[in-house]
Order: sequence, then structure tokens, then C-alpha cells
Amino acid sequence: MSKLEIRSPLPGTFYRKPAPDAAEFMADGATVAVGDVIGLIEVMKTFHEIRAEVAGAVVVFIAEDSEPIMAGQVIAEVEA
Amino acid sequence: MTIRSILIANRGEIAVRIIRAAKALGIRTVQVYSAADRDMLAVKMADASVEIGPPSAAKSYLNIAAVMKAAVDAGVDAVHPGYGFLSENAAFAQAVVDAGLIFIGPSADAIRLLGDKVEARKVAKTAGVPTVPGSDGRIEDLDAARAVVAGIGFPVMIKAAAGGGGRGIRIAETMEDFERHFPQASAEALAAFGDGGLYVEKVITRARHVEVQVLGDGVDAVHCFERECSLQRRRQKVWEEAPAFRLPDAVRANLCASAVALAREVKYRGAGTVEYLYDEASGEFYFIEVNTRIQVEHPVTEMVTGIDLVQEMIRIAGGARLSVRQDEIKVQGHAIECRINAEDPARGFLPAPGTIEALTIPEGEGIRFDTMLYAGYQVPPFYDSLLGKLIVWGETRESCIVRLSRALQTLEIKGLATTIPLHQALAADPAVASGDVHTRFLEPWLDTAFQTAVPPKEVA
Repeated sequence: MSKLEIRSPLPGTFYRKPAPDAAEFMADGATVAVGDVIGLIEVMKTFHEIRAEVAGAVVVFIAEDSEPIMAGQVIAEVEA
Repeated sequence: MTIRSILIANRGEIAVRIIRAAKALGIRTVQVYSAADRDMLAVKMADASVEIGPPSAAKSYLNIAAVMKAAVDAGVDAVHPGYGFLSENAAFAQAVVDAGLIFIGPSADAIRLLGDKVEARKVAKTAGVPTVPGSDGRIEDLDAARAVVAGIGFPVMIKAAAGGGGRGIRIAETMEDFERHFPQASAEALAAFGDGGLYVEKVITRARHVEVQVLGDGVDAVHCFERECSLQRRRQKVWEEAPAFRLPDAVRANLCASAVALAREVKYRGAGTVEYLYDEASGEFYFIEVNTRIQVEHPVTEMVTGIDLVQEMIRIAGGARLSVRQDEIKVQGHAIECRINAEDPARGFLPAPGTIEALTIPEGEGIRFDTMLYAGYQVPPFYDSLLGKLIVWGETRESCIVRLSRALQTLEIKGLATTIPLHQALAADPAVASGDVHTRFLEPWLDTAFQTAVPPKEVA
């Protein structure tokens, strides 16, 4: 088993949910496929979907919901 | 009461603009800022500054309690809200007054009344201002709606009574479309705004967006003529002018008089803008809404009238009567404003926060650059992408565009992508030069003429 990282392509604010009262795009511990939406980044009042570029089991989110994030910062780790 | 100190409840270029106006009036300034904005220019320029919260605007610039605490602790006399954020928030305006301070803008009641699109339409009608043919206020059910649209004809726009900024709008071309969209629009409006109320308006095709700047002191009101804001992308203005082009004098006179009538009807106090759609084919104009604040594009009006609108707002809030009479307000020449955003127009307007490595600002007669940039400044990703506004004046529209092109060649913002290439292409475009534009001109133009002028970059 190796550990893969999903990093933010953009600086901004990271969201795990499509709306404050909606369910998370992906729960901790879920299995992720390439292309799955795992969160949103808000940059200058526009929202960009973040899609996984790796597949694997047991995704663990490192970035906090609704918190600032830098470009290149790790959003989640995935066991592949 | 004379204002001696102001809290600036905003950020970016408008905060800088307000500080300059306050300094010119000999007023002390206190600037609020979020944790992401410690290095912003307005913080450096203000006499004092107060951190009010984390980067998220909801926890800082939109946090009424945090802004009010800063205002009370700083002991200011007044609060200027700028544009955006809390500028049209009636609860904020009321909180400022309840704390014994002056809100630099209209009363909370006026903000509430004019902010409700259905109520604003009623006030406009009462003042004799033409409104877009449509429903008399909210329509609650589909049967009533069918009767209304049958009377006005298609296409029609279904709008959320509580909507704004282009949100909650659907267009129906036929009755069948309409019957399908109406219940969905109501459900969406309820989910988005907590209010499922809808109203219906006729769609004016090939309309131009013309708006009138008004100033009121609560007793009297005047207009400072109009602006043309037809070049828009996703309902956001990108290029604004004063005066509006190809507007017959009689239309201009009626348009401006109707805006003053509306301002007088509500005893308006402060600077405000009455927005209209102008149908060039029929020569008719229709009321859309009132913005109860200073607007991004106010400098084009300042350039052609010589009136400092921000200083005037502050004086009025301090209890002064209007300093100018209507017959003293004249338009001289032509002005154009280009909004320079941190976005890459060659890559679908992708936002481009980053560090300003170098900055060259054009100078000279008839050139003004309103900005918060300086070399070394890091543009944060958390807010609006507006970096600055290039405003250029000329004796005629033609000479203004020539001067604008030269100024855009000189303007250099290194370190991030900007919309400067978009404005260079617009300034060189024959349709823009002839004034043959409307509110739906820009988006198809971006897909065609702009692609030829500025081909997309290869993305690695």
C-alpha cells in the first residue's frame, strides 16, 4: 500500500460541501475514483470543482472545510 | 453635525478612494481589514486600522457585529460602506445609527424599500417612471401568471422577488416553456433566498444599459447625467462610459428627470443610481432598479461633471445640503472606465491571484487610475478580482478611445494575468468605436472577434 496525495491546484477557500447545509462531496474513509469531485475551491468569488486525479480506498481529508488553502497544499491522502 | 472621523467598512480600491476623499475634507480615517488584508494599501494610508476577523468575508467584512465593534471602539463619527459587502444592507445601516453614528448613505428604510425589487417597481410607477411591462408585483400562482404573460407577450423573464446579481432569472420563449419554468423557478427561489415569490417582466432584446447618477440631501435631489454600461459579461459590467452614446437629447432629458422624480419620491439622501434598459429601436426606456450606494463606475461621471461624488456623499451625511444646483451641473467631453481584473481573458477568465512584481501606471492629462496596487503587493484569492480602474477623459468619444488605447499600452501589471488585453481589443474594435453595442454584445464577441485579436495561450 502506498499513500497518494491530492493537492489543491489553486489558492482560495476549500469547501467539502456544495452548500452549507448539503452533504459532503466525499466522506472520510470513502473509496475514490479518478474524476470524482472531492470539493470546491472558491477563488475570487468563483467556484472551481476539484476532481481526484488518483484512485484508491480510504480517503483522508487533511484540509479543513471552509478554510483558506494555498496552491499546492495537500487536500487529502488516499491509500492506493 | 460635522463629520471628523470615518470608519471605512470595505477594502480594495474603493477603500483607497474613500480615504483620499476624506483626507481632502480634513477627516480622520480608520480602516478595517481581515487577516488576509494586513498589507493592503488602505491600511497603510489610513490614520488608524483595526483587524476584524479571518480572511472569509462572511467572518470579517460581512460581519456586522465585528465592524460595529471596530467603529465604536475607534470612536469614529461615521461609517462609509463603499460598494458590495454591507453597502446595501439595511440592518447594517440601522446598526450604525443605533450606535449613535452616521451611516454615509441612505436610511435603512430607503435601502429596504429600494432593495426589494417588487417594492422598488411600485415606487417607480408612483413617481411616473416607466417600468418594463410585467406583473403588478408578485404573482403567487400559475393561473394568475398565465393571464399576465398572455397580456405582455413573449419572451418573458421570470425573476425571484428576492433575487439579485443576475441570480434567480429564467427566460421563457413560449407558454409551454413558461408553464414548465414557473414552478421550478419558485422552488429555486425558495431554496436560494428563503422566499419563493416571483414576478414577471417582458424581455427587451438588444437593450442598452443606461443609468442615472443621482444625489439627494433628503429634501432636494439632482442628477449628474447618465452612464452607459452595456458591455457586460455574466451581468457584470466591464467597460463603462459617460455620457451614453447615441442617446437623443429628448430621451436623455426624460431619463434624467425620471431618476430625479424617483429620488424625490423617497426623499433620497446620499449618492444613488437609477438603472434603466434603453430600447434604441423604439426610443423607450424602462426602470430596472436603484443602487443605494456609490458604484464602481462613479469616476466616469466625476470626469465629465467635475463633481467629487464621494466627497459630496460625506458632506450630505454630515448634514449639509447639496452643494450644487441642477443648472450648475454640466457634462464636458467623454470618459471611459475599464475594469482591470486579475483574470486571464485568454483562459476563460480564470481568476489569477498572485504577487504584483512591477507596476507602471499611465499618467497625463485626462488619465486617472483608481487602484489599491503597489509593487510587491500580494493579491489575495478571497475577494473580488478587481485590481483597479483605468478612467480616461477626452473632448470627444473618438479622442477618448485614442487616449485610452495609448494609456492601456502604458499600463503594465507584472506578476499575474489581467484583463488589460481584453480592453485593448475592445478599444480597437469597430463595433465598440461606432457605439453599436448592447447588453448581449460582449459574450458572443468574446467567442469570435476577441479570439482573433487575442488567441488562447497554449496551456501546458
